[in-house]
Parts: sequence; structure tokens; C-alpha cells
Amino acid sequence: MNIHAIQAIYFFEMARTFRTLLQSIISPVISTALYFVVFGSAIGSRMVSIEGVTYGAFIVPGLIMLTVLVQSVTNASFGIYFPKFIGTIYEPLSAPVSYFEIVVGYVGAAATKSFVIGLIILATSFLFVPVQIAHPFWMLGFLLLTCLSFSLLGFIIGIWARNFEQLNLVPSLIITPLVFLGGSFYSISMLPPFWQTATLFNPIVYLVSGFRWSFFDTADVAVSYSLVAIFVFSILCISVISWIFKTGYRLKS
Amino acid sequence: MDPIISVTALEKTYRSGQQALKGVCLQIWSGEILALLGPNGAGKTTLISMICGLTSPTAGQIIVGGYDIISDYRAARSLIGLVPQEVALEPFEKVIHTVKFSRGLFGHPPDAAYVEKILRQLSLWDKRNTPIKELSGGMKRRVLIAKALSHQPKILFLDEPTAGVDVELRKDMWDVVGRLKASGVTIVLTTHYIEEAEAIADRVGIIADGAILLVEDKDKMMAQMGIKELYIELQKPIKAIPPALASYDLRLAENGSRLTYVYDTKAERTGITGLLSDLSAAGLTLRDLQTSQSSLEDIFVDLVKD
Repeated sequence: MNIHAIQAIYFFEMARTFRTLLQSIISPVISTALYFVVFGSAIGSRMVSIEGVTYGAFIVPGLIMLTVLVQSVTNASFGIYFPKFIGTIYEPLSAPVSYFEIVVGYVGAAATKSFVIGLIILATSFLFVPVQIAHPFWMLGFLLLTCLSFSLLGFIIGIWARNFEQLNLVPSLIITPLVFLGGSFYSISMLPPFWQTATLFNPIVYLVSGFRWSFFDTADVAVSYSLVAIFVFSILCISVISWIFKTGYRLKS
Repeated sequence: MDPIISVTALEKTYRSGQQALKGVCLQIWSGEILALLGPNGAGKTTLISMICGLTSPTAGQIIVGGYDIISDYRAARSLIGLVPQEVALEPFEKVIHTVKFSRGLFGHPPDAAYVEKILRQLSLWDKRNTPIKELSGGMKRRVLIAKALSHQPKILFLDEPTAGVDVELRKDMWDVVGRLKASGVTIVLTTHYIEEAEAIADRVGIIADGAILLVEDKDKMMAQMGIKELYIELQKPIKAIPPALASYDLRLAENGSRLTYVYDTKAERTGITGLLSDLSAAGLTLRDLQTSQSSLEDIFVDLVKD
């Protein structure tokens, strides 16, 4: 195991984050604050509590998920796409580094960044609404697993993308709609029966539900399903990544 | 002695169907400077990329320092430093950080003293905290070299190291290469500047259209293949070449004051002795003699033309 290489990639990527610290953190915090003002205070004050939780507090896990998912995909995809774009990818590819080590370095750094942003948003939410966390360790566990699995997805997208448009396509066209439709701002029990069934095909429902359970001890689907969903999704991403490295897809000619 | 790099029957056909390398065999010896000379698109970069692991071979085998580059990639790649043709650097990062990054990537623990030594050798120490985007093109090339040297490689690949570099920097680069060779590093460089190969290489490999046409000791190549010209300056100009000298195929120039004789150093007899005695028999007095050897360029053009 080339530990020095993992460290080198990880800290090099983290340095990129620190160089752009303000925009990395301020923009998610501001957009979350806006959600709290609009949904939590303005609209939420006229809404009934959902399963005994005030609406403002109810949306906290969903909001964190929204940001964390988009950030994980964006950070990880950019992290590997940028070296491809400027050509510096030649270095990790010609170094005595295994594919596993490359992935740990890049995905680890991306996941770290989105994990920290998730915690910052959680801290921000305390300023707006009273939030209780029923299972703090599970909460951190879900957050970490989500960051990791979606950073894996982002890594795949970064390798697949041929230009910056494609890079933005997946977060804006797939992740954001799925999060919005995945019960971030409502409980799926509020939907008509048909949509309740349809929504179960949205993988993000399981993430949001499990994450919300760690806060309020209530969930749309059983927690075990949520865990299985995250693991299945991660294994899927890992399989795709190992195929990428095996075939050299868009990395080697 | 075993070669430090041994390439056997290497083939590469790209997905587009383009055959970039056609059964290349090449042995590179420890401590030498080998220049791969060839026109654009000859397969120089493909060959280097394959040895370094950036491109997968279609067929054939590459052994570096006794290790197969695919099954033993860690050991093989640890020996190699690569300076790519394109300047590819993280624009916002500081010089010293990218060099330290490269060292870590190759599995070495941090060594501030060694990194400082490299940066000083390449005159980059004063710029160590400058973001790369603020450096000149020549400085960026030096950063690429510093990165390639950061893990103390035994073999250094320089893919067109002086393309688009001004004359002064090119000479600097050659000095750097000379120092590296003195420290025992094997150097493989590609170039299409013949003067570069001529100036610094020990051996020259000529590659064209995906095949190696010739690998030869540079001096030997030039001695073996070199055509020499003998210039004979005459005391008094003549109007025509005397008929007695017709068999030498001389050319008259400079208003009749210079004769040019072309001879092959490979030939059993160069004919110089006979020419000189025949000249004096014809009553011509010589003022000066001069010879010139054909450059690598002439040899190269001859080979690639066929």
C-alpha cells in the first residue's frame, strides 16, 4: 500500500478546498439559510407539524442531504475531471499507485469536504429552528456513508465527462430533482397512493428517510432498508469504478 | 550487462485502427542518453507513454529494471520519472507543493532537503512559493523536470523537452541533462531537433511510421554513414577542371578558386591521397584544405526519405 501517495492526493485535493474556502462554504450556507427563511419560517409557520415535528425542523435532514449529495457529486467529479482537463492526470497514472489508492485519495478528499459542509449546515440550522438528534452516532454514520457513496458516483461522472457541461449535467438534472422528489421537504405518506409507490424507486428516498430517522426516530421506510440501499449503491459505484480502471475507460488509450 | 529497459515486439493499434507502433524492439542501457529522433506522428510519444504506463500495449512486452511494467508496475514505475511533452501543471498551486506532491505520489516520505536541492539545481528555488500560472513557459518546463526528479528516478524520460523553448534555456536544459547523466541517471529523450540529439545523446534511435529504423552509437553512426566533403582552396583560380582530374568528379566553385571533393568515409579507399598527388601533377598549387562531415540531419533525412 502506497500510503504516501494516498496522503499526497488527499492533501493536494484538500489544499484546493482551502484555497477556495470562502466560496466552498459560504454558498451552501447561504442557500440553506434561504431555505430556512422561506420554508421554515414563512411557509412553515402556517404548516401543521409532521409526525410531531415542526415543519421547520422536519426539513433539516432533507436540506442537509440536498446540499451534501450535490456537493459530494460536484466535488468528486471536479476533483478527477480537472486533472484530466489540464493534463496532470498523467502523473497518478504513471506513478506506482494502485487504482484503489487513487480512488481513496480523490474520493476521500471529496467526501471529507461534503461531510464538513453537512456539519456546518447542521450547525446553521440550530440558528433557525430547534433541532433534536435522537441517534447522533447513526446521524454521523448516515452522513458519512452518504458523502462517501455519492463521492464515488461523482468520481465516475468526472471520468465520464468530456466537458464542463456534462460535468454539471448530473448534479443539476438528476441529483437535485431526485432529492426534491425524495421526501426532503415532505413525508412520503403525504403523497397519493400511486406516488407513494412510485417514489420508492427513487434511491434518495431511502437516504433521506434513514437520515431523518436518526434525527426524529420516525421514518418513511424501515432504517434497515436505508442502510441496504446505501450499501447497494456504494457497491454499484465501486463496481463501475473497477471496470473503469480495468478497461482504462476515458483514462488510457 | 542486462539492459535497464527492454522493449520486445511492442505493438500498438489505437481504437481508431491507427497502428502507432509496429513490432518495436529496443534495449536501453543503464547510464546512457538515448535520443529517439523522428518526425511528428512517428510513434515516439506512444512508445514513451507505454513504457510509463499511460497507454496500454496491444502486444509485446516491456521490462524496466528487471520488472514487467504490467505485472510488476509498482517496482517498474518507481524507477521512472516522466517529463511529458505538454506542459500540464496545476495552475493555482505553488511550485514547491506540486513537487512535494509528486514525491509523495511515488511513495517517498517528505524530504525537504532533497526537494530544495532539486529546486536550486533547476533555478526554481526563488520561485518556490509562486503559483504556477505566474511562471514563464520555460520555468514551467523546469517545474515538470523537478516533479519528475522528485522521487530520485533511475530513468528519466524527456518527451520533447525543448520544444518551444528559447536557445538559452535549451542550452540550460542540456546542462541539466548532462549533470543527471553524470549522477548515473539513464535518460531517454525524444526530439525532432537533430542538433539536440547530436549535442547530448550517446546513442540515437531513428523512428518513423511506428518502426525503429536504426539504433546506433551516435559517433559511430555519423562515422559509418557520414559523407565527408573535402574543400580544396587553390592558390590561383582556374577556369576549368583539368581533364586529368575528371575521374574524381570535382565541383568548381568560388570563381574557380575552390574545388569540392565528396567522399565516403565508409569506403575502402577515400581517394584523397590519389587526388592530392594528381592535383600537384596537374600543376595546381593548394592554399588550404578543409573537410566537413555530414550532420545527423543529413543522415536522418536520408533514412526517413526511403
